[in-house]
Formats: sequence, structure tokens, C-alpha cells
Amino acid sequence: MIKMLVVDDERDVELLFSQKFRKEIRNGEVELNFAFNAKEALSFLKALNPFDLVVVLSDINMPGMTGLELLKIIKTEYKDLRVMMITAYGDEKNYQNAISTGADDFLSKPVDFNLLKEKVMSFLK
Amino acid sequence: MASLGQLTAGIAHEIQNPLNFVNNFSELSAELLDEISDSLSNKEKENIINDIKQNLNKIAFHGKRADSIVKGMLQLSRTAPVAKQATDINKLVEEFFILAYHGMRAKDPGFNCTMEKHLSSNLPEVKIIPQDVSRVILNIFNNSFYAVDERSKSEDKNYRPKVSISTKQLNGNITVTIRDNGKGIAEDVRNKIFDPFFTTKPTGKGTGLGLSISKDIIEKGHNGKIQLDTISGEYTEFIITLPI
Repeated sequence: MIKMLVVDDERDVELLFSQKFRKEIRNGEVELNFAFNAKEALSFLKALNPFDLVVVLSDINMPGMTGLELLKIIKTEYKDLRVMMITAYGDEKNYQNAISTGADDFLSKPVDFNLLKEKVMSFLK
Repeated sequence: MASLGQLTAGIAHEIQNPLNFVNNFSELSAELLDEISDSLSNKEKENIINDIKQNLNKIAFHGKRADSIVKGMLQLSRTAPVAKQATDINKLVEEFFILAYHGMRAKDPGFNCTMEKHLSSNLPEVKIIPQDVSRVILNIFNNSFYAVDERSKSEDKNYRPKVSISTKQLNGNITVTIRDNGKGIAEDVRNKIFDPFFTTKPTGKGTGLGLSISKDIIEKGHNGKIQLDTISGEYTEFIITLPI
């Protein structure tokens, strides 16, 4: 079972991810959780017991705390938790910025879900 | 005007957000259609059809969102230079005050708001590009009406939405002040509100271009200044200064 947290300020992300992972969810292979800003994500992590989350998928440009600021906090407080950044700003500069801040991986929007699934699976190994 | 290169890069990126939904929801809908087979119960088939319908609505919504982002850019990259004209600022702001109010009422007939005017009676005319400055004024009025409307949704009946406009002449400048007693702007986003593509409005309601374009028009196009004063939960005030 892969438990994921998706962080994005766009509400439709919930509908999109739930449909894209519908088979995996039905088969009990994947569990999706959603937070619509960085603060919500942090309180989700804090309340998590047992800590069985495999990966956080986070947007970068969000009102309030950005995805990169969230990434920094996660990498300080939950060292082993994998974080993948998913952003519309998928240029080289943003990529380097995310990786040097500690991101485990990086995907640009529009999201290629086949690629996303491959990357998530690789985290299990 | 904002550097076109910077804006083009911004648009190119920003448009990926709605495209993410357009591409993926359309792919999904095709997959869902393939899943409809005779072995499914009527109930299961109906669920799939409802999902597809919902997806089509999302595709249309995000397609329009992409459209408004592009339109915002096109307006900005207008190439023909426009001449400045001596303009009566009071007349201009009054006209757009009413226009913005009616625009709001057209969207929501229940909308109501006190409108106050404090216009200096002896303002000299100012040389401006009227189309550009009226765009700024309209944009700020729209934001003000939106802000009081949002606050009235979350407060009790004692809340009285109010938007006011004042003009003054001061030290060789004219100032136009637009103030609303809406929800204000939170401290953590205050320094971002003039950034291109930054918006506090929900997806689809704002392109995040309004204030960045306004700042360009006033500061680069007219050598003026646009300033913000706000307290979260209390008021927002924009002060536009134009040299005479």
C-alpha cells in the first residue's frame, strides 16, 4: 500500500488524482490524501499516527507558504519522507532550485501520470 | 510596459495549470468510455457517465481559464503607441465607479454596497492615456467590490459593505484613493499582490494579471505611483499618484 499526500491549492487536483488512481485505489494499492495549502499539509503530517506516509507530492506556487518552504520544513522535521515537486514552472532554474532544496524528484505540469506512477513506484524500492 | 519576454515566459508556464486539467480530464474521459461494457450493472454505467459529464465540465472551465490568461497577455502586448490626452480624472473615476458597480450587480443581483465619493472640485486636467488609466481604476474597483462581497458572505447582518473614492491635488500630483471595508489582504501575501500571476481569488476567478498590469500602467506608462494600505479583516486602500 502506497500512502500519498498531494498538496496543491487547486481543488480540482483531488478529482483528477482520484480518477487517475481509481484502479489502484479500488485494489487497495494506493491511498490518496489531499491538502490545499502548506499549513494543512503540515498539520496532516503532525497528526499522522502511525507515520506510514510514503511520499508527498507538492505544488510550488501556492498562496501563503510556498511548496519550497514546505519542502524545507519537511526535510528538517521528517528526514526520511520522500517529496516530489509538481509544478507548472518546469524550467531548469526551478528544477535546480527544488533539487538543491532537497526534493527527491520533480515533475512539470501537465502531469504525465504514467511517469508519475513509475516514479512513485521507484520510491518503494 | 512589463518586459514582454518576462510575461511570455510567465504565460507559457501559467497556462500549464489549466492545461494539466484539460489534457488529463480528456484522457481520463476516453479511458472511462472504454470501461463501459455489458458486464457492468446499470448503476455502474451511470456512475461512469456522470464522471465523464463532470470531466467535460472541468475541461470547458479550464479551457476558458487558459483563454482568459492569453487574452490578458494580448491586451498587454498591444503594439500601437497611444497618445496622452488631457483628461478630467473626476469624470473618469465616476464613470468607472458606476460601471464596476453595475458589473457586480449583473453577476449577482443581490449585491449591495454603499458608494461614497469625495472628489476635489478644482482638479486640473492630467495628461494620461485614458484607456489605460481607466483599466487600472476599473480593475481596482472590481477588486474592492469583490472584497466587500467576500466579507459580507462571512459576517453577520451588521456588516455594511462600503467602497469609497477620493481625488485630491497635492504637491504637483493628483492622487486617487480607492478604499473598501472588505476582507483586507493578509500580511503574508501583501508583498506578492503586484507580482504577475499572483492571485488570492479562487481558480478561474482571477488571472493574477490585474494588479501587475495596473502597476506597469501607472509607474512605467505615467511616471506615477501605486501604493497599498491594508489591514487584514478591516480594509484595503489603493492610492494612485499621477504627476500633473
